[in-house]
Amino acid sequence: MSEITPETVRHLAGLSRIALTDEEVERFAGELDRIASAVSRVREVATPDIPATSHPIPMSGGLRADEPGATLTAAEAVSGAPDHDGARFRVSAILGEEQ
Amino acid sequence: MSDLIRNSAEAQAAALAAGEVSSVELTQAHLDRIAAVDGAVHAFLAVTPERALAEAKAADERRAAGQARGELDGVPVAIKDNIVTKGVATTAASRILEGWIPPYDATVTQRLAGAGLISLGKTNLDEFAMGSSTEHSAFGPSRNPWDLDRIPGGSGGGSSAAVAAFEAPFALGSDTGGSIRQPAAVTGTVGVKPTYGAVSRNGLIALASSLDQIGPAARTVVDAALLHDVIAGHDPLDATSIPEPWPSMTAAAREGRASGSLAGVRVGVVKELNQPGFQAGVKELFQQRLEQLAAAGAEIVEVSAPHFEYAIEAYYLILPAEASSNLARFDSVRFGLRVEPDGGGTIEQVMAATREAGFGPEVKRRIILGTYALSSGYYDAYYGSAQKVRTLIQRDFDAAFEQADVLISPTAPTTAFKIGERIDDPLAMYLNDLTTIPANLAGVPGMSLPIGLAAEDNLPVGLQLLAPAKQDARLYRAGAAIEALLADELGETLVARATGLAAIEGGSN
Repeated sequence: MSEITPETVRHLAGLSRIALTDEEVERFAGELDRIASAVSRVREVATPDIPATSHPIPMSGGLRADEPGATLTAAEAVSGAPDHDGARFRVSAILGEEQ
Repeated sequence: MSDLIRNSAEAQAAALAAGEVSSVELTQAHLDRIAAVDGAVHAFLAVTPERALAEAKAADERRAAGQARGELDGVPVAIKDNIVTKGVATTAASRILEGWIPPYDATVTQRLAGAGLISLGKTNLDEFAMGSSTEHSAFGPSRNPWDLDRIPGGSGGGSSAAVAAFEAPFALGSDTGGSIRQPAAVTGTVGVKPTYGAVSRNGLIALASSLDQIGPAARTVVDAALLHDVIAGHDPLDATSIPEPWPSMTAAAREGRASGSLAGVRVGVVKELNQPGFQAGVKELFQQRLEQLAAAGAEIVEVSAPHFEYAIEAYYLILPAEASSNLARFDSVRFGLRVEPDGGGTIEQVMAATREAGFGPEVKRRIILGTYALSSGYYDAYYGSAQKVRTLIQRDFDAAFEQADVLISPTAPTTAFKIGERIDDPLAMYLNDLTTIPANLAGVPGMSLPIGLAAEDNLPVGLQLLAPAKQDARLYRAGAAIEALLADELGETLVARATGLAAIEGGSN
C-alpha cells in the first residue's frame, strides 16, 4: 500500500500549517507511508459491532459550579506572547494583498 | 552530606524531622551534586538554585516554628519540563517554547509547594514528550547514569536520569505511552503511571489528552507513593479528574514493604507482553523473579490479552490525532516563538514558518500523521478503528483481571540502548512501547520497579505491574512487597550500583 505520496504530505503540511522543505516532504512521505501501512492493521479487528472508546474512564458532566474563580490578568495572559501591547496580542496581517 | 543525597526521600524527610540536617543543607547538597554531574548527565534543562534555597529557608523556618506542612516539607524534587511552573521557563524541550515563562502553575506544581517540597529545576524530555529516549529533545539528549553512552529512556529521561544520578530524590514525570515506566526500567528506578484521572492534568502541556497522566519517578516504591499522595486527588480545573477520594498510597506501600509477602495474590503473566523477541537477559531475569514470587506465596496464572497486539497501531493513530489538535495552539501568537518569512507574510505564512522552525522532526511527523488520520475519507478507517481497538483492549483487561489481581510483564523489551542506535527508524523506535501502551489506552495504573541486571550487559531490567482502574494502592502494596523480597539480593536500591559516573565522582571529590 502506498497511500502517502509527497503530494499528500504537502497537502497535510498545509493543513497543519508547517512550511516543510522539499527534502522534508520526500523523507516524511517515505516514513509516513511505512507508518500508515503498519497502523492500518487496526482495521482487521475493528468490526462494526464494536463500539468506539474515546476516553478511558467513562465520566459524565464534569462541569463545576458556575462561580467566578481566579483568572489571569490581561497583562499576565499576554506576557509570554512574541508580540503584544501589554493587554492585547499583536498578530501578523490577517489578509494578503491579493485578498 | 554526600551520603544523605543517596538516601531515599523518606530517609531524607526523617533526617529533617530529627533535626539532623536542614532543608537548606539538603537542598544545597543536591545542587552541588547537580553542579558536579549534570554536565555529563544532562538531566536538567533548567536549575533554579536561588529559588530552591529561598524555598528551603522558608521550610526550615516553618519547621522551627512547629508548622511543617507534612512528612515531605523541605525535601527537594525535580519537575519534568512539560509541566508549567509560574515564573520558571517551561519549554517541553521544544524550540517553539524556548524562553516562555508561564504565568501560572500547574495544579501538581501548586500541590508540591503546598506540601513544602523544594523544586530544584526542570528536567529534560523528548520534545513535547514524543519519544522513548530523550533524543528528540531540542536541547540534546540526557544520558543514562549506568552508561553515559546509553539512553535514560523517554520521554521522561531527564527525570529518570536525575533520580538515578542522585541529583534529586524523586521527580514528576508524565506518561502517555510509557514515558514514566520505560525510563524507570532502563535506569533501575521506580516509576508509576496512576489511573487516568487520578492526578490533575491542569498545567501539563498536552500531548494526547485521553492518554496523558502525571506520576512519580523515584528510587523506592515508598518514595513514589509519598509523591503520588501529594499530587493525586480531584481538581475542578481538570474535567477528566476523578471526583472521588483515594486511599493513602504511602500506607499501602509501607504495608507491602513490611510484609514482604505476596501470599494469596493472583499474579497474571500476560502472554502477549512477554514475547520471544525480547532480549534474552530480560526474559531470563523475568522468569527467575516469577519463580521467586511464587515461592513468596503468589499464585502465578497465565492470562491472554489477544488484542494487545494491536495496541501500538491504535496508539500511533490516537496519539498523533490528539497531538495534531493539541499542538495547534503553537500558532506564533500566544506563546514563545514567532518567525517571519523573508519579506514578511500573512499570519498563515508566519504560522507555517514558525512551526517549521520551532518543531523538531518527530513532532512534525506526528502532527502530519495525526492530520492524515483525522482527514475526511480516512477518519473512520484510521481514527475510528483505533478507538474500537481501544474498546477491545479494555475488554481484554477486564477479562484478565477476572483471573488475576495484578498483571505483570517486563517493562521494556530490552535494556537501555545506545544513543543514536534507533533514531533513524521511527517505526523501530515506536516498538519500544509495546509493553507499556495498553495501560494508557485502557486508563489503568502501571508501575515499573527494578528487578536486577541483565546477564549479557549488566544493565537494569524493570518489572511492570498493572492493576485495574482506581486500584493504584494495590500496585504500591504488591510493588513494595516485591521490592522487599528482592532487597537481600539487590540492596535497598539497585541504582546504588550504577557506575556510569564513577570517573566524574572520582575526579570531583
